[in-house]
Amino acid sequence: MSAAAHPGPPPQASPRIGPPLWLLLELTYRCPLHCVFCYNPTDFARTGAELATADWLRVLREARALGAVQLGLSGGEPLVREDLEAIVAEAHGLGFYVNLITSGVGLTRARIAALKAAGLDHIQLSFQDSTRELNDFLSSTRTFELKSQVAALIREYGYPMVLNVVLHRLNIDHVGQILEMAEAFGAQYVELANTQYYGWAWLNRDQLLPSRAQLERAEAVTQRFRERVAGRMQIYFVVPDYFETRPKACMQGLGSVFLAVAPDGIAMPCHAARMLPGLELPSVRDVDIRTIWYDSPAFNRFRGQSWMKEPCRSCPERTKDFGGCRCQAYLLTGDPDNADPVCDLSPHHSLVTSAVARAEAAGQGPPGGAAAPREQVLIFRDHRTSIPVVAGDPPAHR
Amino acid sequence: MTDMPDTVRPAVAHGLRLQWEPAQEAHVLLYPEGMVKLNSSAGAIMSRCDGTRTLADIVADLERSYGMSGLATDVRAFVVLALQKRWLELRE
Repeated sequence: MSAAAHPGPPPQASPRIGPPLWLLLELTYRCPLHCVFCYNPTDFARTGAELATADWLRVLREARALGAVQLGLSGGEPLVREDLEAIVAEAHGLGFYVNLITSGVGLTRARIAALKAAGLDHIQLSFQDSTRELNDFLSSTRTFELKSQVAALIREYGYPMVLNVVLHRLNIDHVGQILEMAEAFGAQYVELANTQYYGWAWLNRDQLLPSRAQLERAEAVTQRFRERVAGRMQIYFVVPDYFETRPKACMQGLGSVFLAVAPDGIAMPCHAARMLPGLELPSVRDVDIRTIWYDSPAFNRFRGQSWMKEPCRSCPERTKDFGGCRCQAYLLTGDPDNADPVCDLSPHHSLVTSAVARAEAAGQGPPGGAAAPREQVLIFRDHRTSIPVVAGDPPAHR
Repeated sequence: MTDMPDTVRPAVAHGLRLQWEPAQEAHVLLYPEGMVKLNSSAGAIMSRCDGTRTLADIVADLERSYGMSGLATDVRAFVVLALQKRWLELRE
């Protein structure tokens, strides 16, 4: 193919494909919680059986042989898997740095001791308040007690206390209280991560998106708190990308460093990729990780730049943000090859600004009233809601 | 920190891990949900920071291994930087 055939600058020669440095194993979709902002697929209840222990161990060996080194164990709630300790032990023996991403539900003293002995390197505890738990927390009841005990265990076993809190319209006004809670837990690192709109969060987007005023108040509160605890706590505030004008460099480009495996063995170039149309994701049951990473059409689909459309194709920033998030492009515009509409150069940018404007209108109430019951219906992630939800229109019709 | 004595014993900080990665042909420093790929001199220094060797030992070992002299200033500067980044900590 000659360069003259392309309307824009010729795509660069494909750089050498590096190893999948980051491996994420979503061990199960089962979860004791029902978070309205979960990014798991909304039809998770229809997915096939979970991989057996031996399959996960084989995936670990194959990925490590390629050079994978950071391992995330996630879900659902990974502690639901009774073989978690065996998976951690194998991963540690292979030389992975093993991160457990958990709600803390089920993290007993016996289990943390076993996980420590197996070689677990790190625990990220999420404060996964759905609105039910938010109310629970705000009234200092059971959730707070549970989290507090788990946090103490994490510290007792010599792990840094890393807390992740997902923010949205219903809790963002309480960021000060959330930070005080984190301080009370002895957290050294707190990630205040605004919701990203995939899966269940996408279904609930219009109820979860904060207003710009809420966001600015929360950032100001965070900054004051940050100054007070400087040297003791590090706080990261992740702004929701709907409020940006340039997209995130999602996964540093699909197929560049990240490989995720879903509970049923489907291999994905990002957490949410199984929603993308026409992407035939391979299963680790059928194909080895080397073939999946280097040779599968799904992992090569968004490598390089030849898949890009305008305005990305000729944009000087395409090597910086890779056109943003493919899943967001698909959810908002119906075409995963489009520019991520977060970008104000995208012809579809108004889809983002109109969502923000709706949130703005909905967020006019008094600051303290944001967590009050609202008329819109939030759909909680659970097995019962999982199937009916997907019977509706394709997501791009929103 | 620049006036620390040669007798300090730097070690890879608690919770972090340093290892050689053949796929990257480099030492990498692993920490919660992240990784730094070290260049060859940083890798050579960090891999000697085991909490038993003193700064003076590390300099001597590097000079011997690489057949060079006068590395003390550069090694110290890197150790100071790595302490600031909390990649290293000092052991008694």
